[in-house]
Amino acid sequence: MFESCADPSLLDGLPWLACYLTTGKHMAFYGSFLTVLALLAITAPFAMLFGFGGAMAARSDIAPLRWLGKTYTAMVRGVPDIVFFLFVPIAMDQGLEWLRHKVKCPDWDAPIRQGSDFVVCTAAKLPLSNAPQWAHEVYGFALAMIAFAIVFGAFAANVLSGAMTAVPVGQIETAAAYGMSKRQTFWRILVPQMWVYALPGLSNLWQILVKATPLLFLLGVEDIVYWARELGGAKTSTFSYPHPDWRLYYFLGLLVFYLSLTQVSDTVFQHLMRRLSHGQATLAGEAQRKATA
Amino acid sequence: MKSFLTLTAAILSLSAATAFAQDTVRLGTEGAYPPYNFINDNGDVDGMERELGDELCLRANLTCEWVTNDWDSIIPNLVSGNYDAIIAGMSITDERKEVIAFTQDYYPPAASAYAALSDDLDLSEAVIAAQTGTLQAGYVAESGAALLEFATPDETIAAVKNGEADAAFTDKDFLVTIVAESDLIFVGDDVLLGDGIAVGVRQSDSELQDKLSAAITSMKEDGSLNALLVKWFGPETATY
Repeated sequence: MFESCADPSLLDGLPWLACYLTTGKHMAFYGSFLTVLALLAITAPFAMLFGFGGAMAARSDIAPLRWLGKTYTAMVRGVPDIVFFLFVPIAMDQGLEWLRHKVKCPDWDAPIRQGSDFVVCTAAKLPLSNAPQWAHEVYGFALAMIAFAIVFGAFAANVLSGAMTAVPVGQIETAAAYGMSKRQTFWRILVPQMWVYALPGLSNLWQILVKATPLLFLLGVEDIVYWARELGGAKTSTFSYPHPDWRLYYFLGLLVFYLSLTQVSDTVFQHLMRRLSHGQATLAGEAQRKATA
Repeated sequence: MKSFLTLTAAILSLSAATAFAQDTVRLGTEGAYPPYNFINDNGDVDGMERELGDELCLRANLTCEWVTNDWDSIIPNLVSGNYDAIIAGMSITDERKEVIAFTQDYYPPAASAYAALSDDLDLSEAVIAAQTGTLQAGYVAESGAALLEFATPDETIAAVKNGEADAAFTDKDFLVTIVAESDLIFVGDDVLLGDGIAVGVRQSDSELQDKLSAAITSMKEDGSLNALLVKWFGPETATY
């Protein structure tokens, strides 16, 4: 990056460190922090959407929809996350390639499964094998994101349906007495009031999601854990910047990153909780009322 | 549901217009096994196999792209089509041949060696660190010594340095620089394992297998392969 870094073997001390910390490899490491944040930013809303849909389905009056909602939460919550993270991306990848294969290469006569190989025609590959590397990475990242959203959506569904049943029955009865339809009661009375009951569970889920992001590494996405391990490992003079085993320092850095991230989220959730408790018939809401009275 | 269908349709038609002028061959490597393959300080794949792979692609007239993948899932991901070839210091064995196919070997059977902190060690009873799913791990398991497996070769060395294992057992070429630059020493005799190192391809992909084999043969014939091996592994290395 800097001109003085042309020959690192001549440097030592701070200049060496400055050059070392700005190598292309380190830039990839810094970039991977954004990967993690992007995963969180995209997955959280999707997981909420899955969760809300799951909770609504589980409470539905239509039996098949109710079974679907209940099966989804029960199944995903009952299977170890890691199994799901390994299963969903492979199943989706092969499923999509199979579909594309059927559409694009109808006259292909060789079997798709040949021994242990999964062979589809070149035009059905996803992404196409001549796609640039970033397309492959985005695709892998998207599959990982969907797996995360499905798993965390199931937990969110359970939290939300619990919160929906926690809204005081008097509120629902009053809505009915005013002549609101079921739909109106749901959107105008139940949903606005359930958040305060859902928030503790959701904040828990968020923290678990933050801490589950290193699982990206398992899915082959080059995240911060991958780069920390790669950069921290002992380097011989084969590399331009030889150093002993520094994994301890790199993992310490990750520890600080995750701690600050969860700390910031905690503050945000406390703030949200204060706002949502306002005017609610809960202990926290009552305490706020007394404090201002 | 409707948006799901639209999405599916979009994915199905994705790049339908792209012309298949020239197929790209994706080469998978581990990127953690210097000097065979490693990620250099610029973040690119480097090493003997990088040079070899690029040269093979040039000779076979293929466009190649490098990808890295963890060692323990490197065969499953080849088989499921994430990339088309493995160039990762992988020796030919009968066990691997049941799942994937190999081209001609590009490195003769290489010596494996033990590295430890001291030489007063009974290798048949010591705790030996090796990388999971390697020939060396299989060899240690059969030798009767206690086997300690790690996901990366780097971790096997770290285990010896912090006393978790008595010795690490890997390809000698990987250990040479490490032994030269740290307080580790070679102990015991070298062991010759495997039937040589080759490129792994899917069993159904005999076209690529033939192209790469032909390119390796032409490199053997004009001596450029030997020159490459000597450049990366030193003048005493086994050549053709």
